[in-house]
Amino acid sequence: MPATTAQAGVTQATIVKKAAPKSDYKPADVSPQRRVQRSFAVRLWSVRHSRLLEWFYGKFADMFLLLHPLWKGIGYSRVEGPVKFVEKRVKGFMFDCRMCGQCILSSTGMSCPMNCPKQLRNGPCGGVRANGNCEVEPDMPCVWVKAWEGSQNMAHGDKIFDVQKPVDQSLRETSAWLRVTAQAAAARNAARNTTKTGASA
Amino acid sequence: MIGRQPDENPAGIHLPLDPLPGHTSRGRLERVLRRGEFAVTTELNPPDSADPEDVYNRARIFDGWVDAINAVDASGANCHMSSVGICALLTRMGYAPIMQIACRDRNRIAIQGDVLGGAAMGVANMLCLTGDGVQAGDQPGAKPVFDLDCMSLLETCRVMRDNGKFLSGRKLTTPPQLFLGAAINPFAPPIDFRPYRLGKKIAAGAQFVQSQYCFDVPMFRTYMQKVRDLGYTEKCFILCGVGPLASAKTAKWIRSNVPGIHIPDQIVKRLEGAQDQKKEGKQLCIDIINEVKEIPGVSGVHVMAYRQEEYVAEIVDESGVLKGRRPWKREIRRDDQLVADRLDHILHDDLTETQVDMVKTAH
Repeated sequence: MPATTAQAGVTQATIVKKAAPKSDYKPADVSPQRRVQRSFAVRLWSVRHSRLLEWFYGKFADMFLLLHPLWKGIGYSRVEGPVKFVEKRVKGFMFDCRMCGQCILSSTGMSCPMNCPKQLRNGPCGGVRANGNCEVEPDMPCVWVKAWEGSQNMAHGDKIFDVQKPVDQSLRETSAWLRVTAQAAAARNAARNTTKTGASA
Repeated sequence: MIGRQPDENPAGIHLPLDPLPGHTSRGRLERVLRRGEFAVTTELNPPDSADPEDVYNRARIFDGWVDAINAVDASGANCHMSSVGICALLTRMGYAPIMQIACRDRNRIAIQGDVLGGAAMGVANMLCLTGDGVQAGDQPGAKPVFDLDCMSLLETCRVMRDNGKFLSGRKLTTPPQLFLGAAINPFAPPIDFRPYRLGKKIAAGAQFVQSQYCFDVPMFRTYMQKVRDLGYTEKCFILCGVGPLASAKTAKWIRSNVPGIHIPDQIVKRLEGAQDQKKEGKQLCIDIINEVKEIPGVSGVHVMAYRQEEYVAEIVDESGVLKGRRPWKREIRRDDQLVADRLDHILHDDLTETQVDMVKTAH
């Protein structure tokens, strides 16, 4: 339970802030994460068009899977560089992607959960403001309020109800596209093998 | 058995209770809830000291009125005695603490270690939280960890308990026996997602939940209706969070400064109109308890009376939610009391006793 300071007027944080030494250089009072970020206009557009993006991503993933022999031929480790270069910039522009390497955009209404200051991957915290903005960043719309809106438009929006595993930090700055493709190809092969053995037996 | 209370281990108050079928923990709170009794929990204001007496004095206020005490984990991102430390002290004295675990300060390695450590000390209940952001507290320069979130933390604890494994899959020799809890906030946007989020928490492992402060009963009722329709009340015990407001000024301040707490205008107006605002705040809390206890699916209340802890007993008493039931209370056993009285008599009363006299008084 987020405890409250029932004593009216001041929080500990305010006292600490007031006690800080004065300086001419006073950076904006936002979290460090915000300082590397542009406005949210594009990110919010992506959420509004989550249905379209979901459809597009479906086609795109299929295409990547078709190209699996190519990736395998060249070697996944060799294509990683250029694919990551493109992925980082495209998803960075569209979703403010943080390159966690384990993309769950299609389960979160095309709103990247890594933009949440608490990096929650399973839904909004209890601190969402009445206007739907973030507790930590008062001027930023809550990533999960947007995720819920986005998922409502999507064909497979109920994926938002899945419990997500914790982020594997060792996968940061790797390509989620290639990982998903390699996994899908492996799953496809496994399915083929079982049907083959099933038919022969 | 001398002076034994229900839900107490006869071999010692600090020991876990006998395992019961269908129970995942050996604690008192789970027994109370599974018996269908209306549970009362509260929150201990953690001391900024290294003196164990500070913890005991703060816990003593609740004696005989609550079923479990939350040991908060640096709530509001302010530094205090750790929840593990508080739990270690409380379990020694037989209390039933609810160990809060926040994901803000520790990564998965530290948290899993604390879960084992807490369980080994006899902590039966653990409440999995995400935690407030560091900007809210007295150490805004701290590194926010948030390695897990409340959901994956719940799942981690559940897997440790049920599968006897760490998150990595490595085996535990003795798994912890836990009653797992989580927090809910039905009063923050996105409102229509909130019931489903409870469903996710139940899927992840939550067996009981404590809600954020409830000041808007109609809103809570709507939430509970949806939760009942989804069938979640069968899978999870829901405790409604309540608490007294000290004054209208405090209410307004909380409303504008503490995100996630929703206080409707009529509550503020009611406080403003009262002569004794503090008393009215307490009465308001009792009224809310009386309303929410009638809502089907509500299994108890979680009374949060920060810096007004002395009111918890009065609020519980006057609302009558216990219906005459007396929760476990730390008592001196009757045989210990006899020895203590006798020693006191011999040491402090000025008298000389001879065997001959003693035989005479004995007959």
